Amino acid sequence: MELFTNQVLAGIATGAIYACMALAVVMIYQAIDHLNFAQGEMAMFSTFVAWQMMQWGMPYWGAFALTLVFSFVGGIVIERALFKPLANAPVLTHVAGFIALFAIINSVAGLTWDFTIKQFPSPFGSSPFLGSQLISTHQAGMIGVTLILLVLLFIFFRYTRVGLAMRAAATLPESARLVGINTSWMIALGWGMAAAIGSIAGMLIAPVVFLEPNMMGGVLIYGFAAAVVGGLTSPLGAVIGGFLVGIFENLVGTYIPGVGNELKLPIALALIITVLVVKPNGLFGRTIVKRV
Amino acid sequence: MTAMLHVKDLRAYYGQVQALHGLEFELQEGSLTTLLGANGAGKTTTLRSICNMIRSTGSIEFEGKKLGNRSTESIVRLGIAHVPQGRGTFTTMTVEENLQLGAISRKDTKAIGDDIERMYAHFPVLKQRHTQQAGTLSGGEQQMLAVARALMLRPRLMLLDEPSFGLAPLIVRDLFKILGKINREDKVSILVVEQNAQLALELADKAYVIETGRIVMSGTADEIANNEDVRKSYLGY
Repeated sequence: MELFTNQVLAGIATGAIYACMALAVVMIYQAIDHLNFAQGEMAMFSTFVAWQMMQWGMPYWGAFALTLVFSFVGGIVIERALFKPLANAPVLTHVAGFIALFAIINSVAGLTWDFTIKQFPSPFGSSPFLGSQLISTHQAGMIGVTLILLVLLFIFFRYTRVGLAMRAAATLPESARLVGINTSWMIALGWGMAAAIGSIAGMLIAPVVFLEPNMMGGVLIYGFAAAVVGGLTSPLGAVIGGFLVGIFENLVGTYIPGVGNELKLPIALALIITVLVVKPNGLFGRTIVKRV
Repeated sequence: MTAMLHVKDLRAYYGQVQALHGLEFELQEGSLTTLLGANGAGKTTTLRSICNMIRSTGSIEFEGKKLGNRSTESIVRLGIAHVPQGRGTFTTMTVEENLQLGAISRKDTKAIGDDIERMYAHFPVLKQRHTQQAGTLSGGEQQMLAVARALMLRPRLMLLDEPSFGLAPLIVRDLFKILGKINREDKVSILVVEQNAQLALELADKAYVIETGRIVMSGTADEIANNEDVRKSYLGY
């Protein structure tokens, strides 16, 4: 039993990473109705920017704040330059765009900062949290930040006019234009917010997985899995999905013989497929009430 | 009376197919004008052209401003509210959020709450259902919501595309009564496109008849209603 609770706790700790990434995934899905394959690379690039600023002597929180701004603006710039011209193109064109973006950002980061692993500091330290060996203060801090982000997003979408306009633009673009919403800018804003949330995820993940251009590969797949489990339309679902994926991954690794670290990634993929087959809207996804 | 909306030589296209062939009409400020015509005559296309939701050439002027190169959302912000065919309801959002969205481009945010109350006074059923998902409303209620959402813009001109479509006759009567009231009391000019010609002519002061993308007849609503050809073709008696 103790082994079980320990594994669940450890699962929640890694789940926080996935939850954070899944929030960014849901954010962009809300805005553009696609999954952005380059999301992880954008987060990785932002994290390098933060690292670079700290190398130049900036304090952690200063670098953190500037990176947020950089990522927000960067996300908008990417949308305006690359995806606005593709606005009416078919899905496959977008997918090609995402993959190109993935490759470009990955290579540019490698070229600029090379592929050696770098340490990235944690603002929360890494001592045991409340005396527990299973969860560190960093992981606890990460869970805290994820939950704060979730609450902020909830307030933004539910209680602000911009949030309402963004939801409208995402669900029914034509009707949104007919009430005077500039849907094109709403999409750009979605990109900016997703990039900023992704950068927070990157900066929190980097102390755990270490900073290098390929650090987000696995994480993004888990983030997708978490978002799919929770339902791609629900930020709360994404966070819960993140924790569930983390716990699930740990329990399967512990209790099913033969599943070591090597088979953990296929578990995420199996989870995505199972959820899509059994419950396509995810656990918390929006099911639209229809009159019959 | 001055003309609020001037449409000249309007030609509109769906891909290669031309749907409007040099349409001309105008709408006087404060009037309730109706465009009549059979299915496929180009009524919806005309409304969509005004809001630049379809490729068109020609000249559309609203209160002296050319609309040709403006985006849909900036045309709406000039004070033209468009209730589209199918109503365009945000079905996953609540009734109240739909009304909020109608006013989303307004700067005077303080007055929005009062306007929502005004809409509830016009349409009491919406107040009863204000926290309900809009998709769960009946067809008639959704049409009322669509009109209320359009009015939340505080428009100078409201475009209505087949408001009677799919509604029971009694509900249509109610809706048209409210439209007449809005036109008179709130000084909103209205351009309404209808297949239900009889009802539209009772309500309107001016009418145009469209056939295959051209205006074939125009006059006061009474003149059109008493015209033999129109009676035979559209009123059925």
